[in-house]
Amino acid sequence: MIIIGLYHKTMAQKQKISHELLRRMKHIRLVEETIAERYSEGKMRCPTHLCTGQEAVSAAVGLALRPDDFAVSSHRAHGHYLGKGGDVNAMMAEIYGKATGCSAGKGGSMHLIDESVGFMGSTAIVGGTVPVGVGLGLSIQLHGTTQVSCVFLGDGAVEEGVFFESMNFAVLRKLPVLFICENNFYSVYSPLSVRQPKGRAIYKMVEAMGCPAEKGDGNDVEAVYKKVLKTAGQIRRGKGPYFLEFDTYRWREHCGPNFDNDLGYRTNQEYLKWKKRDPILLFEKKSLGRKDVSRQDIAKMETDIKQAVDMAFAFAENSPFPSVDELGKDVYTK
Amino acid sequence: MTERKLTFSGAVNEALHQAMQQDRNVICYGLGVDDPKGVFGTTLGLKEKFGPKRVFDMPTSENAMTGIAIGASLNGIRPVMTHQRLDFFLLAMDQLVNNAAKWRYMFGGKRSIPITIRLILGRGWGQGPTHSQNLQAWFAHIPGLKVVMPTTAADAKGLLLSSIFDPDPVVFLEHRWLHNLIGDVPQGDARVPFGKAQLLNKGNDVTIVSFSYMTIEALHTMELLKKNGVNCDLIDLRTICPLDWESVFTSVKKTGRLLVLDTSNETCSVAGEIVARVSMELFGALKSAPVRMALPDFPSPTSPALSKAFYQGAEDIVKAVAGMLGKKISIDDLKKQHTSPHDVPGDWFKGPF
Repeated sequence: MIIIGLYHKTMAQKQKISHELLRRMKHIRLVEETIAERYSEGKMRCPTHLCTGQEAVSAAVGLALRPDDFAVSSHRAHGHYLGKGGDVNAMMAEIYGKATGCSAGKGGSMHLIDESVGFMGSTAIVGGTVPVGVGLGLSIQLHGTTQVSCVFLGDGAVEEGVFFESMNFAVLRKLPVLFICENNFYSVYSPLSVRQPKGRAIYKMVEAMGCPAEKGDGNDVEAVYKKVLKTAGQIRRGKGPYFLEFDTYRWREHCGPNFDNDLGYRTNQEYLKWKKRDPILLFEKKSLGRKDVSRQDIAKMETDIKQAVDMAFAFAENSPFPSVDELGKDVYTK
Repeated sequence: MTERKLTFSGAVNEALHQAMQQDRNVICYGLGVDDPKGVFGTTLGLKEKFGPKRVFDMPTSENAMTGIAIGASLNGIRPVMTHQRLDFFLLAMDQLVNNAAKWRYMFGGKRSIPITIRLILGRGWGQGPTHSQNLQAWFAHIPGLKVVMPTTAADAKGLLLSSIFDPDPVVFLEHRWLHNLIGDVPQGDARVPFGKAQLLNKGNDVTIVSFSYMTIEALHTMELLKKNGVNCDLIDLRTICPLDWESVFTSVKKTGRLLVLDTSNETCSVAGEIVARVSMELFGALKSAPVRMALPDFPSPTSPALSKAFYQGAEDIVKAVAGMLGKKISIDDLKKQHTSPHDVPGDWFKGPF
């Protein structure tokens, strides 16, 4: 099915999209919150960067892209992986360090992969996968297919030299790359004010480099979906790269299961302001109002999600650890 | 397979042509790959034959262009990148070490990264601190990378073909002083396997382990040493990682004496690793302390007055071998043979780099 745009869809199609956007966001939320809840058990023994509060971009981009489109991401990738359709069992098993994990227990939360849905990898170095995504774009151009390569990055990554180098090449060669920048205002505890000059608009800076760019509300899942659908279509038609910046907010600490508003690097007031703009609540209200979904639909959706997430945690807990023989394997292919 | 004479750079060029002919997914890029000089002749004719989509010049963005090679390789492309000096590539260590080297392991064996990175190593002619670093030890220290250092023209071709078609990331180190070396090179797909050293001279007295340009310096000493009753095993490693430990151990067991030559600074060098490993595993077989001949731990100086004392060559090798055997060997003959100044590989080299 070729999706042309929301306005050309039948009511049934629109409802299906609303339903799916909501489902993907809730799914990501429950996974993240369950990790937060159970992290102190000490069984998930790796750094985890939760994206609670930022689910809209993940859900919308994942749904707007085709399964054969590529995506790469960074340290905060659970949402991107799940939004793109990545296998939740394999992700949870990976976080638990199990042999059944998507990276066989060698990557952890920061190194997720599910090539079956085009999720080509997330790594933990800020900006590290930006050129990898551009390289996937180059391969698409060389092979002459209509895929899109999507690069998830944050406001910190645009401060890396490799971002400028990668963007320059993407523009130079008109590569089919969609940059999705989630601006959550903080790089660990460092606010934008100490990292970028006052008045800097990231998307304007990118536009000045020759890449068409727009900014949007990262907590409005439907707006993100429409924008991505439209720009991905342009990219498929050979128009070159596109950069979308979305403001959003992580609720929990940079890394780990807790809230950290007590540290003083951001205010509780700021957090509460964003919490009020919870992307899930906002869209649930909107969808109910439009009768895209009913309360019963949502109840059923939540039950199904709960069941899937419980099963994923059970799968992870019950899976075997990798055997010690695996330690030296896969350094080289041969 | 029929052989004919080719220069080392001509052999590199032939390997690139053959690889691109064999597999349409092989691409070649780097600063200057399609300029009139074609990276010391190694990339000449490629763009004309295979077109600008597969052979292209690039922005001065070493780090991103390495990441781009990694990304392209995830979708079936086999990139060959070229840098006119290793030193320029240091900006790309992040992509090489954090991504290329780790990708297979950190994703549980899901995917390999078949990229080849050609780096040219400088020496002499005032190349100085930032145009003549030989950092093979850096690369060999990183699990997940393969490190190739050919000496002969035939190996340049055979090892480059193996590198391009290898499933893992390969750092292919080409010594600038070898580019005009002429040798017999087989036609066709004459791949040379990794991890198989070549024995270039046989003898029972001393094992000399070497690679890249220093092997040429060692070859110059063989005749003089023989005249003085000294016969050496000269092992050219070809690849630093994987390293052919079996050939090294077999030889040292026979000779009981080890001299390792290295083109880089001595501390934490490849030579140091070989000395360590042999000392640990064959302690009882050693008749004298192993010797490591590498550069002193200074940056490369620029002035010829300083570089003369910095670099080592055939004469130093003879002195070292003689020292290990407690002999005196005159190096006058070698000095006579050495007609070109110390800071150029031969009369063919007129600079600038």
